[in-house]
Amino acid sequence: MTHASKTGASAPPVEVHDLTVSYQNKPVLWDVDFTLPEGTLTAIVGPNGAGKSTLIKVIMGLIEPVSGHALIYGKPLQQMRKRIAYVPQRESVDWNFPVSVLDVVLMGRYAHLKMFRRPGRRDRELALQALEKVGMAAYSDRQIAQLSGGQQQRVFLARALAQDADIYFMDEPFAGVDASTEEHILQLLRELRSAGRTVIVVHHDLQTVSDYFDWVLMLNLRLVAIGPMETTFTKENLQKAYGGRLNILTQVIELSRRENFVRETEHD
Amino acid sequence: MTEIWADFFLLQDPNLRWVLAGTVMLGLSAGALGCFAVLRERALVGDAVAHSVLPGVCLAFIITGDKDPLALLIGSVVFGWISLLVMDFVIRNSKISTDTSIGMVLSVFFGLGVVMLTWIQNSGNANQSGLDAFLFGNAASMLPEDVLLFGFVSVMVLVTIILLFKELKLVSFDPGFATVIGYPMKRMEVLMATLLVVTITAGLQAVGVVLMASMLIIPAAAARYWTDSLVVMLVIAAGVGAISAISGTFVSYTAPSMPTGPWMVVSAAALFTLSFFFAPARGEFQKWRRRRRQQEKVSGENILKTLYKLEERDGLSARSRTRREILKKRRMEPASLKKGLRRLVSQGLVQHLKGQPSGYLLTEGGREEAKRIVRIHRLWELYLTEKLQLPGDHVHDPAESMEHVITPELEQQLMRILNNPEEDPHNKRIPKASPRSGGAAL
Repeated sequence: MTHASKTGASAPPVEVHDLTVSYQNKPVLWDVDFTLPEGTLTAIVGPNGAGKSTLIKVIMGLIEPVSGHALIYGKPLQQMRKRIAYVPQRESVDWNFPVSVLDVVLMGRYAHLKMFRRPGRRDRELALQALEKVGMAAYSDRQIAQLSGGQQQRVFLARALAQDADIYFMDEPFAGVDASTEEHILQLLRELRSAGRTVIVVHHDLQTVSDYFDWVLMLNLRLVAIGPMETTFTKENLQKAYGGRLNILTQVIELSRRENFVRETEHD
Repeated sequence: MTEIWADFFLLQDPNLRWVLAGTVMLGLSAGALGCFAVLRERALVGDAVAHSVLPGVCLAFIITGDKDPLALLIGSVVFGWISLLVMDFVIRNSKISTDTSIGMVLSVFFGLGVVMLTWIQNSGNANQSGLDAFLFGNAASMLPEDVLLFGFVSVMVLVTIILLFKELKLVSFDPGFATVIGYPMKRMEVLMATLLVVTITAGLQAVGVVLMASMLIIPAAAARYWTDSLVVMLVIAAGVGAISAISGTFVSYTAPSMPTGPWMVVSAAALFTLSFFFAPARGEFQKWRRRRRQQEKVSGENILKTLYKLEERDGLSARSRTRREILKKRRMEPASLKKGLRRLVSQGLVQHLKGQPSGYLLTEGGREEAKRIVRIHRLWELYLTEKLQLPGDHVHDPAESMEHVITPELEQQLMRILNNPEEDPHNKRIPKASPRSGGAAL
């Protein structure tokens, strides 16, 4: 798919310049500066409180930075809203809200609908296709409170798919989901990548980082490292990002090396 | 008395027609808008705003010296907005918790309003009579020009909700997502706050500031019991609001000294209570019935199982068993055994022999059902010991509850996983379904 060619220019999908964010005078992000190339599957990793969620929220305009700015395809966010999709953390909404699964997925289409306009048949089709892709088509009429955690996550993914964007931001989509959902998400990430989309995922599970993603952004208030997985996801960088927790980390890395083999064959 | 009823419902009195139109419009718009307030957890804010408009109303009266509805409307909207801004400011810039801030704004503004009201009442202005109706509302005192203005406001609120339904839904459900796809969130917030303030203002005369918030909250709370769809919830809440408005207006029409607000609230509360107990699926009564049906199912299945095990023990499937025999094999309340047997007889699963020997006997269908339960029980025991390595003496109790839960599909799966076993961990035979009975076993 040649979605990205809409701009014609070769501006990178995400460009972040000297970004600093603070909550009540405490810095949560400090001078973060990077560029992401098109069509990459990037994991943002770092310890708790490293500012992972904050980073994507600033890029999407949900949080105002103290200084610095982010560009989407070389332009300010306001002009590029339709080209970014967002999968928030599951806990960020009230799942008792009286809407159906299809209603939620249709919200992804709202990005393309003018004010006062109701979603039409085409929007419904796209929403159903998105549900199909996450294996939730059979649940379209369900009230969202009846879903399991993994199913809720898939509904959020379907909503982002329905947005039909070029850049996807996902906030911990793998957190607390069942194996089947994890499988679906992974499958989807790979489809998005092969369709040339750029995907940025906040990820907390170091064991799976190198299997699931091809780029990694390591964060701990400051940007520790960013680049292709093989050259960037190193022991030295992990040590820098996680500091004192090296001992646990070496174990985790060992584990992830062993896990590697199993997982690769699984998703073959 | 009947005359007044007839008067009311035949709408003979032109003034009544006006008043009723006004209160019904108010009930509809407050009910519908209230759904968003409740879903966004802003119910308390609504209450604070409602109380806070009183000083605005008083100030408008002091300035104009008259009860001009437009002046009152402006005064009320301005103070509603001031109270919202103060709440927001306090919450943002202090360590005081949200509910404390809301409570403070509510009581301070309302206190101020009451002080001003008292001052006006003692000032000797002849126009002030009836101003205290703003506390608890008096629909009967509404004049056509009041109804026109406040009714218009209500209609505008309803039209806005209908036009912006999609936007209001998304902003209420997931404001973060709405921001990311580029919704003008500041403007949406202002719009929703304005709708709230304006709706409250529209209810000034009919319901009064003290109870106006309940017309936002109670219909929405009642409506939530009936549906999982936002559209339907809005419609039901609007309906509850309208019905409450009619009954409140009726009371203040038939007994003009009665305030309308409290009666509207009482009617809305009655409808809420009705919903709380009798709504399908969510109502307490339905929940109780479901629980009881489940209990009956479990106790019936236990009786069938016991009869089957008695047969299994002596191999006499044609022998009837007395209640005493059943109780000896399985402990249960004699009364519930009696009731359970009666139900099983009426379902054709058990036969009651009245002659000599008297007692109870499984029918063909009852035996199949009993086998199914025993089969699931023993399959589950086997599954726990074989697949989860639980010791044999730990598996009976879990199986005792699972036997009432496991579906035919799961049963089939268990059969497959365990390779169609013959015996359970205690070397008891796992009964197979008879080939000619299709039913549950398949």
